[in-house]
Amino acid sequence: MTSQSRGTDTAGTAGGTRVLEAHVTVVDPELCKGCGLCVAACPPGVLSLAPSFNSKGYHPARYSGAGCTGCGFCFYACPEPAAVTVYKKGAEVPAEGGI
Amino acid sequence: MAKKILRKPAGFYDVFERKPGDQLTTHYCPGCGHGNVHKLLAEAVVDLGIQDRTILVSPVGCSVFAFYYFKTGNIQVAHGRAPAVATGIKRALPHAVVVSYQGDGDLAAIGGNHILQSANRGEQITVLFINNAIYGMTGGQMAPTTVLGMRTTTTPYGRKVNNEGPPIRVVELLSSLDGPAYLERTALWDNKAIRRTRTAIRNALQCQIDGLGFSMVEILSPCPSGWKLNPDEAHEWMRENMAPVFPPGLKKDVRAEREPFFPEKRELTAEEIRAAVDLQIEEPTPYPSELVKPEYADPAIKLAGFGGQGVLSAGAILANAGMEQGFQTSWIPSYGPEMRGGTAHCFVHISRHAIGSPTVSNPDVLVAFNRPSLEKFEPELKPGGLLLYDSTIIDVTPKRTDIEVLAVPATGLADELGFSRMANTVMVGAYVAKTGILSREAIEQTLPLAIKRQNLVETNRKGLARGIEFVEGLES
Amino acid sequence: MAREFIKGNEAIVKAALLAGCRAFYGYPITPASEIAHAAAKYFPRLGRTFLQAESEIASIQMVYGASACGQRVMTASSSPGISLKQEGLSYLAGSELPCLVVDIMRGGPGLGNIAPEQSDYNQIVKGGGHGNYKNIVLSPNSAQEMCDLTMLAFELADKWRNPTVLLADGYIGQMMEPVDFPEAVLEVPEKPWALQGEAADADRLINSIYLVPEILEDHNRQLQRKYAKIEEEEVRYEEYLVEDAELVLVGYGIVSRILRSVVERARGEGRKVGLLRPITLFPFPKVRLRELAEGGTAQVFLVSEMSNGQMVDDVRLAVAERIPVEFYGRMGGCVPSVEEILEVVGETVRKHGATV
Repeated sequence: MTSQSRGTDTAGTAGGTRVLEAHVTVVDPELCKGCGLCVAACPPGVLSLAPSFNSKGYHPARYSGAGCTGCGFCFYACPEPAAVTVYKKGAEVPAEGGI
Repeated sequence: MAKKILRKPAGFYDVFERKPGDQLTTHYCPGCGHGNVHKLLAEAVVDLGIQDRTILVSPVGCSVFAFYYFKTGNIQVAHGRAPAVATGIKRALPHAVVVSYQGDGDLAAIGGNHILQSANRGEQITVLFINNAIYGMTGGQMAPTTVLGMRTTTTPYGRKVNNEGPPIRVVELLSSLDGPAYLERTALWDNKAIRRTRTAIRNALQCQIDGLGFSMVEILSPCPSGWKLNPDEAHEWMRENMAPVFPPGLKKDVRAEREPFFPEKRELTAEEIRAAVDLQIEEPTPYPSELVKPEYADPAIKLAGFGGQGVLSAGAILANAGMEQGFQTSWIPSYGPEMRGGTAHCFVHISRHAIGSPTVSNPDVLVAFNRPSLEKFEPELKPGGLLLYDSTIIDVTPKRTDIEVLAVPATGLADELGFSRMANTVMVGAYVAKTGILSREAIEQTLPLAIKRQNLVETNRKGLARGIEFVEGLES
Repeated sequence: MAREFIKGNEAIVKAALLAGCRAFYGYPITPASEIAHAAAKYFPRLGRTFLQAESEIASIQMVYGASACGQRVMTASSSPGISLKQEGLSYLAGSELPCLVVDIMRGGPGLGNIAPEQSDYNQIVKGGGHGNYKNIVLSPNSAQEMCDLTMLAFELADKWRNPTVLLADGYIGQMMEPVDFPEAVLEVPEKPWALQGEAADADRLINSIYLVPEILEDHNRQLQRKYAKIEEEEVRYEEYLVEDAELVLVGYGIVSRILRSVVERARGEGRKVGLLRPITLFPFPKVRLRELAEGGTAQVFLVSEMSNGQMVDDVRLAVAERIPVEFYGRMGGCVPSVEEILEVVGETVRKHGATV
């Protein structure tokens, strides 16, 4: 996880960018309250609650790593401002590091 | 949803610095619908280009701290009063986009009248109404939208139709009014419903941006903690129990019929302000004090009669003229229960000195326009005082011998002029001629200030002249 | 200078407009309705806002919203209506929002009547709403002061970011007197804290909620420091023949006019009677009262109010039993006459063996 996922639309992309070749959903485990609404909202069923706990004691949601369709339902189903970020295919992301 | 990246909208602060503790997440419980609506609103204000001019009104309820999150103007207000506060904001800043964010207890219970009245005024605000059928913040009590049979901490046996009555359907209620332009109910129970909520919020904001009038979205929203359900169970419960009572849908949309309204802003000069409040620049014309007969100087005058005789305006004529001539003056009508007792009276002071009590127990002058006034107030007159009375309609004579009495057939003289209602100005003329306390010119000049109906100024002037002539006739 | 022979109630409205007041939010109630009538007539003429709200509660909250946006704004009501506005006054004080509230006091409790009383002293001067707050309170006793103190009220409210109340009664509201109106105020103070509907608003917050006890205590301490400074800087009162007075009358509003006549009559009889009239009720002229009690010629105070004795408590606190404080009050809308107070002056002198 990088700090950028906690930023906003205006987060910088200094250091160059790359273009994603697949849809990716990223859940920040520390910002997730484990309500599971994203899991219920996900049409392909590629989100689940982790068996592990975050520092607040919630089971955070996680992406299986494959099968995201980029529909964005999880983003709108999630009540937290910054817990879920959805990167669609073709999105420009920083060249270095994770997203 | 054509964005390539869906992430925390810029309508939120980067870090929630106003929030104690964790400043990256909200204070809402897991699965609470407030977070969803916050996200939709934060996204919409950016997408619609109104973030800089948006002012969010935070209510009392779980969203009392909405101001932690929105990177907009923020104001926190009293329980239920958000639409009234929003009214004051919008009238002050017509260019601002004002969003009143309210829960069901806030909006439909304690603030019920405010939402009704602001909707009816067509107030140019947007209301987001979170209906979760319960008071979350205060501990799960019944809301006006709690459904029948639902157990809450204040309906432990379930809401009963014969005790609490059935739930209130707010958007349907408001849709019967002509004021609102856009009213919709949406829900958060599945992806499709959330998408519709997203659209409705944008429609409602656009309605305000376009100056089309009051807009509101009622959003059926889960309260897993209050309902004691898991978040996914809460969604199911909403669909089963709230949907039948609160059917989603567009309840009113008259945007296409509305003319945009944007109030114009005016800045006035000092001269324009002065003119608008009817202030004319005037300097008093000081009255030559040697003309005042010493025995009549600085009088406290009581004028009394029955309602409709012009007693109060006779007093105002004297006081206005006194002001014009540089005297201290005051006028006060009879007040309270006496007003209904058949006599109307007023006190007038015309003085060279600061005036203390505007009323006096023992006036220097009594002007009596009818018999009850004469009988009631004659005993109060100061020894040596002056009594004027309308001898046309008062068929008794004053009893006291320690006062000066002037009988003026005021109504008769007015009748001769063809204006029997001018008896009051005849009496004013007689008083002034008798005492020399004011100049005739001053009274004529200020008559238009003391007389409400300007078409009567000329006839009053004639009455005044007649009263003066009458006294001059007596003295010559 | 523009002079007009005008009712006190109307003078308030013209003065407010001259002071740059942008909005009037009100609700009808006798004997304050004339203020709303005049506001409804004049505010729109200047392109300013007049709105008859759905309730007293709503009107004070509309004031809260307008004040939050930096506008000079006012409302006016009478006692039962003021009771309803107390919620809003507490929030205005908590959020430190300036405004003018006019209270044309009438008889109470409950519906009482529409005759003049001064029985709102406690609910206005002592707070009235919940919380540790004070209103700045101004007490006019003439139509001229209805004008002057209205204009001053807006200044003080802005200067201190505090609600200010013009505490008058139906008697002064109904009375017509000549009023010299000053020039219009075109420049009002900058309010960098106010919402403007601009990007910088994101750093502004109008708020009265402080969840953490220590932070709310800090906020309250800051308010108390502000009130202490107001007490240092803003006390206003008028004295009449107190220099050698052995009996000092104390009264405010219309009663002070009656007391002035009492002083004149008593002096005419050779009695050394004077008058102290508080113009600001908060801050209260307690220092001056203490001076008179301590070092002067005063042997006894006689406080008169059209109430059960509310301001007299503040006089007693100020005087702290240095010399006796007597009280004479009328209620229910009965206005004391000069003669009856003269009578009480006589009794007071006899009771305390003063040499007056």
